[in-house]
Amino acid sequence: MIRLENINKSFRVARRQSGFGQAVKALVSRKTDTIHALQDVSFSIDRGEMVGYIGPNGAGKSTTIKVMCGILTPDSGICEIAGRVPWQSRIDHVREIGVVFGQRSQLWWDVPVCDSFDLIRDIYQVDERQYRKTLDELVALLELADILMTPTRSLSLGQRMRCEIAASLLHQPKILFLDEPTIGLDAVSKIAVRQFIRNLNTEHGTTVILTTHDMQDIEALTERILLIGKGRILLDGSLQELKKRASVRKKLTIEYIGKAPDISSGMQLIEQREGRIIIELNPDICSVSDAIARLAAESEIQDLSVSDISAEDMVAELYRSYQI
Amino acid sequence: MRLYLKFFTMHLKSQMQYKTSFFLTAVSQFLVSFTALLGVWFMFLRFNEVNGFTFPQVLLCHAVVLLSFSLAECFGRGFDVFPQLIGNGMFDRVLVRPRSAVFQVLASQVEFSRIGRLLQALVVFIYAIPASGILWTWDRVVTLCLMIICGSFVFFFLFLVYAAISFFTIEGLEFMNILTDGGREFGRYPFAVYGKAVLGFLTYVIPLALFQYYPLLYLLGLETSRLYMLMPLLSLLFGIPAIAFWRFGLHRYRSTGS
Repeated sequence: MIRLENINKSFRVARRQSGFGQAVKALVSRKTDTIHALQDVSFSIDRGEMVGYIGPNGAGKSTTIKVMCGILTPDSGICEIAGRVPWQSRIDHVREIGVVFGQRSQLWWDVPVCDSFDLIRDIYQVDERQYRKTLDELVALLELADILMTPTRSLSLGQRMRCEIAASLLHQPKILFLDEPTIGLDAVSKIAVRQFIRNLNTEHGTTVILTTHDMQDIEALTERILLIGKGRILLDGSLQELKKRASVRKKLTIEYIGKAPDISSGMQLIEQREGRIIIELNPDICSVSDAIARLAAESEIQDLSVSDISAEDMVAELYRSYQI
Repeated sequence: MRLYLKFFTMHLKSQMQYKTSFFLTAVSQFLVSFTALLGVWFMFLRFNEVNGFTFPQVLLCHAVVLLSFSLAECFGRGFDVFPQLIGNGMFDRVLVRPRSAVFQVLASQVEFSRIGRLLQALVVFIYAIPASGILWTWDRVVTLCLMIICGSFVFFFLFLVYAAISFFTIEGLEFMNILTDGGREFGRYPFAVYGKAVLGFLTYVIPLALFQYYPLLYLLGLETSRLYMLMPLLSLLFGIPAIAFWRFGLHRYRSTGS
């Protein structure tokens, strides 16, 4: 479905020191640096897959998305999506994809949402009957019935995001690019949006590519993750596998009375507060039962919980280990 | 075309949400161009004619340019505010839709408040058409229509060039306003009054004179060759480099990003 091979893309960026003098100087002669936004990016995604595309800010996520959407032309490399090269046959290509930019609305600010939807139908030339069907389905699933007649400017962020997603799906795209779809949403809306994306994938077989900084999104939605850093794909694998690798280590949260327990080998202190301590265990050196036994011998434990390392921590560690 | 009408109604709906703002802008547009008109009038209080043109004849010229400019601005406003569209990234949204970029930018803005200027131009026409002393034969009516229509296109192409420049600079370049707003202001008088060099520039480089000065001569009976009547059509050739430049800019944008 999607195939990228050795995609390279670099930008020239003007650089100058801060300060007014430097700004004047930059008017006359500019130093430009070449930034390699993407270097030999290759991956392929099958029909119906859900892929989480993660990486720190400025790693090249949105550049890749822009290349796949046909907005940018790469310097070199092959990109083929549903048999087309995005930047060569832009109009045919974008008919098949849906894009949700979390920050860039496609709804009209001052008119009711349904008017915006009607316009999108005309832009994409969606057949009226099919449009009705899709719209009804989206309205039911995303619970839009009450807000369809409201102008966009008076919607809450969560309502608006649900409308944005609906707007990107009216033409029934085969591929959906989601850029931070849950940014700024409350817990209820987040869950609703995730649930919807999951359904979309299982029922319509829509291929979903999701970029986000919210690891819960990734955990809830994607099987496979792609990690990009400094313009290179660093990791391509299943989330479970990755988790297993990282979650050999356990996190121990202990509430105690009296003297704080001592840390012995194989344990690493994460956080310590009055009456509460969080320890990370390396089970190769010290098993969970060992640790509990040792800690219990030293102080009186009131409460204890063992957990895997969270996806959040895991990714932070990944970033650290790749030094990105 | 049907889709453009859809966009058009959407804009109408949007702008009607802010009635007072719309009304005030329209009035102010009317007043601003009215001062330009006053300027012409004061000039003629002192001098009876400019370069051999009488007051109503100059007004005719003024009205043609004003009307063309207003039409171009009303519909081509999207290109006028195009730097914003690039700056805030909304242009990416344009590119992920299955329609041509020019069409979408064109449809992205319709400035109804320009109706103030349009109205002014019409009022001036109503005065100048009978007062200019021109015998309105059918060919002269056609000439006048050509002047207005082609004039709108030339101004529109200027907006297009202006927009295309921002592919390179992200910010729009103010010097282009010399040609657009300046064209409107200087267009109050037949371009010949500014001397040969300016006339040459406005004939061969930016063909503003092709829809203003030369056909005006035909209207006034100073030139009888049909060539002068059809001069405005020639100005449309300006569209070729303008569109080519836009294409080039778009291509560059897509290979450099922002």
